[in-house]
Amino acid sequence: MTAVLELRGLSRTFGTLKAVSDVSLQVRAGARHAVIGPNGAGKSTLFGLVAGSLPASEGSVVFEGRDVTRLPEHRRVQAGIAKTFQHSSLFLSATLLENVLLALQQRDGRSRRVLRRATAHRDLVDRAHLHLADVGLADRREAVAGALSHGERRQLEVAVALATEPRLLLLDEPAAGMSAAETAQLTELVRSLPASVTVMLIEHDLDVVFGIADTVTVLHLGAHLLTGTPEEVRASEEVQTAYLGAADTSELFPGAMS
Amino acid sequence: MGVLQWFDDNLVSMVDGVAFGLLLFTLAVGLSLVFGMMDVLNLAHGTLYLVGAYAAYSLSDGSLLGLAVALGVGLLVGAAGGVVLAGMTQPLAGRGHLDQAVLTLGVSFIVADVLASAYGAEVLPADPPSALRGSVSVLGHTYPVYRLVFIAVAAALALVVWALFERSSLGALVRATVADRDMVRALGVDTRVVLFAVFAFGAGLAALGGVFGAPILGPGPGVDETVLVLSLVVVVVGGLGSVSGALLGALLIGQVQTLGVAVVPEYAPFLLFGTMLVVLAVRPAGLVSLTKRQTA
Amino acid sequence: MISPVVRRAGLAVLVLGLAAAPFLVDEYAIQTMSRILVFSLLAMSVNLLTGITGLPTLGQSAYFGVGAYTAAIVSTTVTDIGIVALLVAGALTALVALPTGWVAVRARGVAFLMITLAIGEIAFSAAVRWKAVTRGTDGYSGIPAVVPLPGMPSLQLDGLVYYWVLAVFLVLFVLMRLLVASPFGLALRGIRDNEARMRAIGYPTTGYALAGYCVAGALAGMAGSLYVSVQRFVSPGDAGFEIAALALLAVIIGGVGSMWGACVGAAVVILTRDYLGGYVAGRASLLLGILFVAAVYLLPRGIAGVRARWPVRARAGAQA
Repeated sequence: MTAVLELRGLSRTFGTLKAVSDVSLQVRAGARHAVIGPNGAGKSTLFGLVAGSLPASEGSVVFEGRDVTRLPEHRRVQAGIAKTFQHSSLFLSATLLENVLLALQQRDGRSRRVLRRATAHRDLVDRAHLHLADVGLADRREAVAGALSHGERRQLEVAVALATEPRLLLLDEPAAGMSAAETAQLTELVRSLPASVTVMLIEHDLDVVFGIADTVTVLHLGAHLLTGTPEEVRASEEVQTAYLGAADTSELFPGAMS
Repeated sequence: MGVLQWFDDNLVSMVDGVAFGLLLFTLAVGLSLVFGMMDVLNLAHGTLYLVGAYAAYSLSDGSLLGLAVALGVGLLVGAAGGVVLAGMTQPLAGRGHLDQAVLTLGVSFIVADVLASAYGAEVLPADPPSALRGSVSVLGHTYPVYRLVFIAVAAALALVVWALFERSSLGALVRATVADRDMVRALGVDTRVVLFAVFAFGAGLAALGGVFGAPILGPGPGVDETVLVLSLVVVVVGGLGSVSGALLGALLIGQVQTLGVAVVPEYAPFLLFGTMLVVLAVRPAGLVSLTKRQTA
Repeated sequence: MISPVVRRAGLAVLVLGLAAAPFLVDEYAIQTMSRILVFSLLAMSVNLLTGITGLPTLGQSAYFGVGAYTAAIVSTTVTDIGIVALLVAGALTALVALPTGWVAVRARGVAFLMITLAIGEIAFSAAVRWKAVTRGTDGYSGIPAVVPLPGMPSLQLDGLVYYWVLAVFLVLFVLMRLLVASPFGLALRGIRDNEARMRAIGYPTTGYALAGYCVAGALAGMAGSLYVSVQRFVSPGDAGFEIAALALLAVIIGGVGSMWGACVGAAVVILTRDYLGGYVAGRASLLLGILFVAAVYLLPRGIAGVRARWPVRARAGAQA
């Protein structure tokens, strides 16, 4: 197994709170790797540490064999890591096209150009259309992002991240607040991504998790509890104990409540 | 020889620096608190100093009583100005700092124009009360009495402000309002009163600084601007919204503007910026940074 | 809806009117128009930072002053050729903006505003005190009339100087429009909208903000150079706080983010100061103060914002 991402003893403290505690983990190239856990398990913090929006307190992040722990966020994007935001984080005064163009022009090293209009770079515009079409927003490309519905913003969020053309894509609750149809479309999109893109996702909707993931990691109180196939995770007593009392577990463990 | 001699040569400048620094503190602390608490950037802050300084010029007749009257009037007018500014900026809440900046700038233009037409375009000499004129000999240097008295009074004032905001339960309420307005409101406190009070307090303090500071930095057109810029630099260097930061920043800038200028006069125009540059390069959030606004 | 035809016709009338102005109005009015054009460039520079990049500045007077003094020194000691003074002023100002901007762009929001204000004030005090270079409070007077390009005669008449200013203004205006719509301009707007996301899609945002700061500085410097061509005089007051405050006011009046709005705002500000101020002798700053307050309460989104609220092309104002 070749690991595209390896976390070694990764920790992050906020004051006295240890949000992520000594997590070691390997993510296989091409994996569809879900990270689950009760609220406060440190999932989003873990993504922040991998993407570089948060500096690690201890430990290291190794991406494609290269230690990126000290790299600033924008350099990790250039290295091939992209992240979506749990709460949609878009350019609200720009059009959908411009939202995606921003990512594409940077990936292509054209962001310092000043002589032509951004929308006059036809090849980039065409690629932006493809990315928008992938998430089902092709016909809204001239709309202003601020005018989108919640579900549409989630879709655009994914399109912008994909436009950085990552080899590791981190999806932080991509389906939160989406309609059933939108969720289905998103699941389909993630499934259709080529194996050259490794996907990690945080998701509360376990239908989505088990519909996409081939590997599941469970975090509990910032610590790594278990990594395995969806079936192994379902069967684990440790996981059941972690979840019990924390939230409704009936969905994860259909048998546990009866 | 050496260090001791240098120290002796510059003692007067250093004492001047302490006086100036304490004056800056009385000005900057209001600006800092109003921003920290109300999230209002008050660019008419220098105008409040100007009002106080003109009050000192108009009401001081050379007696200590005249000074006391000027202090009372300055404090009152300044506090009233603070309430007016608070009321004017309230409707702009949620529209960002740019509109507040432009509005308060407009107010400072208007008041400056009115004051200039009333008092003329010259910087007016404001003499200290006759009882505090003259100089004394300190460690072989002659030094104006008024500045020494000023240092004592301003230091006491700084101590009171610091104790009030950092050590008393009233200060705790104020700091709680800064940190989480909604929570304090839920406890049954009318936060608007707290906000207006802090604005009035900060503004009154700036006007008070004007009354006391008039013999050091006399009233005249453009002085409001000088005071505003110095206060802003103090706040940026010290750290936004912190009383201790304002004190630290004020004392540092006070030394830079007196000792620094005396020691390296050829670099005088660049010292202020140089200091800010060095501080921000080392500590981007200022000397005393409050981390409360950062969320994980 | 304003059709493209109407827009183009309006633009043509505007340009023709600007071109014919020296034949239509008196000398004082022409000088005022030159000042409006110069001030429009400064307002555009403020708008590039405040409106486009989201960095509110009160310090562009510093770069305006650097450009003006550079042009004054070049014109009196080296050459009276305008294009040389213009380009040297632009380049030198960009150079000065680099280290000063490096400090400023580490901050955001109000802290940025405070730091730029301090930069402006320090430039002012340097203009007063650095006598060897600036000649102190006297400043430079009797600056020779500008020779726009090598081989041209020196422009003694205000009407001819106006054409030089107008030509440079039009070129720079078009370049700024281009810049705002370019990939680089889009990146600056991205920083304004959502800097965290910009980092998350690979932008070193501080570097982009600094680059924008230097471009804005160069633009302000070139405006300063033109100012010297018009006034043939420069003193510390021209690099003072009031200039920075008025430039910001022009942007607020015109509508934050709109380049043509900044120019309209500049015209309102200069006309208030130089024309209305003349009617109530000596009370120009009172009028300006009232203008500041009125702009905030009555025009929350500026003139461009009012236009943009018309149902059509709601984005035109935000994008221009």
